[in-house]
Amino acid sequence: MLRCMSHSLTIFGRSITTSAVHNKGAKICVVGGGPAGFYAAQHIVKAAPDCEVDIFERLPVPFGLVRFGVAPDHPEVKNVINTFTKTARNPQVRFIGNVSLGTDVSLQELKTAYHAVILTYGAEQDKTFGIPGESLSNVLAAREFVGWYNGLPQNKNLLVDLNDEAVVILGQGNVAVDAARILLTPIDELKKTDITEHALAGLASSRVKTVYLVGRRGPLQVAFTIKELREMVNLKGCSSVFEKRHFDGVPEMVPKLVRPRKRLTELLVKAALETEPSIDTSSKIFKPLFMRSPLSFQGSTSVTGVELGLNSLHGADLENQQAIPTGEKEIINCGLALRSIGYRSVCADPSIPFDNKKGKVINEHGRVEKGVYSAGWLSTGPVGVILSTMSNAFETGANVVEDIKKKVLDTTESKPGYSSIRSKLDSKGIQVVSFAGWERIDEEEMRRGKMLGKPREKITDVQEMLQVADKGDTIAVKG
Amino acid sequence: MAQAALRSVCAKALFTSQPLRLFVVPQRCHSLTRPLLKKEEVEVTFVKANGEAIKTKGKEGDSLLDVIVNNNIDLDGFGACEGTLTCSTCHLIFKKADFDALPEKPTDEELDMLDLAYELTETSRLGCQINLTKKLNGLEVKVPSTINDARSS
Ligand SMILES: Cc1cc2nc3c(=O)[nH]c(=O)nc-3n(C[C@H](O)[C@H](O)[C@H](O)COP(=O)(O)OP(=O)(O)OC[C@H]3O[C@@H](n4cnc5c(N)ncnc54)[C@H](O)[C@@H]3O)c2cc1C
Ligand code: FES
Repeated sequence: MLRCMSHSLTIFGRSITTSAVHNKGAKICVVGGGPAGFYAAQHIVKAAPDCEVDIFERLPVPFGLVRFGVAPDHPEVKNVINTFTKTARNPQVRFIGNVSLGTDVSLQELKTAYHAVILTYGAEQDKTFGIPGESLSNVLAAREFVGWYNGLPQNKNLLVDLNDEAVVILGQGNVAVDAARILLTPIDELKKTDITEHALAGLASSRVKTVYLVGRRGPLQVAFTIKELREMVNLKGCSSVFEKRHFDGVPEMVPKLVRPRKRLTELLVKAALETEPSIDTSSKIFKPLFMRSPLSFQGSTSVTGVELGLNSLHGADLENQQAIPTGEKEIINCGLALRSIGYRSVCADPSIPFDNKKGKVINEHGRVEKGVYSAGWLSTGPVGVILSTMSNAFETGANVVEDIKKKVLDTTESKPGYSSIRSKLDSKGIQVVSFAGWERIDEEEMRRGKMLGKPREKITDVQEMLQVADKGDTIAVKG
Repeated sequence: MAQAALRSVCAKALFTSQPLRLFVVPQRCHSLTRPLLKKEEVEVTFVKANGEAIKTKGKEGDSLLDVIVNNNIDLDGFGACEGTLTCSTCHLIFKKADFDALPEKPTDEELDMLDLAYELTETSRLGCQINLTKKLNGLEVKVPSTINDARSS
């Protein structure tokens, strides 16, 4: 047995011996089963091979925004799930779905049960404008619209009225572009994806022809990235139309810019000034509008238009100019308005040190307080892509391991870990979902997808997820 | 796609530790690998951010991501999107001369993803887009650190 072990260690000779930590089996829990949670766990079990890491997730299903955010027509991005699955199947790791911090379990309970708690529960609340008409029907958060087409249980019954020819999206980030692309992509393309059937039905009868993407500032300040822009510019059956006047002086700026802004601006200039949009009557239109801020949503019960105030840009640093209202106004008629100006995290438990203004956990490099850490969007704010979330979660993971090594965390004290949490959950009658339970859901979703000629049909009802998962399911209580 | 998968199975059978040779897989592999067998081995060294150098070998036609996967080289987070040009975690930094000698110039799509990479340099490429040729024998590339020192947070 021993010989066998040392043999395999030389064959797959990883840096185990150098970075291994003698921690007498620290018990660690992660709250939130998105990319940050899985990457933090991955880093810890590798650097500290005798640690146990339990991942608590509010939903019965793992992977956070990789499942519920990343657009259905970007399946390649979801390949990260393979790495997360490997982590989840590591014997040191336990996935525990359907457990929510703040309602099912408190931070104090977790701190008592584990040597360290890592908060990675994301940023789910959308920012609002606080302007008149915002509560009209068909004024939605882009994140709700995304949740609707991606099968997020809480958004499955969202009413999305696509009977008007125009949609206004407020915001110029990647989520705004995702929403625009889904609205403008030919339905036959969407049919091949894992987009939910209810969204597919809605989009199949959509009358939408023009999607406006409204930004406060100009072409030099857009927040979307070049890959997303290139996709829009190349989208089948859709023309990108820009207002040329907003590009005065922009081509001259390009040589002074650095990457990534330089290449992004180059492509914008090319699309706006060097390409003649071929507008035939069947073509849909993607229309970014610059230097406008919403003043109100028009309409009596449902939105009929957005009132915009025009801005001019001021400041010597051209990439960071400020938008100042000129006093001029205009109204764009539309039957659906999506708000996409960013998110904030919620304070899931009153004892979390939380910055209400910034909407994130107060932390320094992922350290929150003794025994409590944070990573991902909850920690950094909702910016960046999976790559940045990964980098941030690795950093937090490394800091946890360092604190174990330096004995900042006392791992000699024996902690009950999952067993004590499990008995609390049991007494509350909460059904937990193991990774094997998720794999049953996964299998069933792929089976349903196959019948519809698509890769997957997501189950959107939590009760149904629990039923599918619960076929003789147990999560071992290791102590 | 399927071919790439097969190729990596074959490469695995040829390279990794012995037990794999006993499997029945080679049956299917053989005919497909015949041209592969003629392909030459190419030596590649990956230098990690901490200075550690990992000397390894790939076959002509393998991508640098294939080399890392086939040789079980353990680089945190590397190749997250599995070579589909949607993540930039396979970012590698080349020496100027090697960079200039690479047979294929980056496509717009590769440059788009590189734009999101940390520590981007003038001689950066995405490892999943670089295929080995005999000429690249002895190649040495730098693997940037995956832990960005979170100045932004
Ligand atoms: C619409 C959209 C599209 C995106 N597309 C891309 C893309 O194409 N490529 C890319 O690289 N990045 C993309 N991103 C960014 C990427 O999704 C994020 O970088 C990443 O998901 C952040 O990871 P996280 O773990 O911090 O948060 P999340 O992914 O949000 O994970 C948080 C998890 O915590 C759970 N949770 C919440 N509250 C609780 C609680 N109280 N108790 C227990 N669990 C809880 C949630 O259910 C969730 O599973 C996109 C983001 C959005 C919003
Ligand atoms: S592996 Fe994702 S871009 Fe190369």
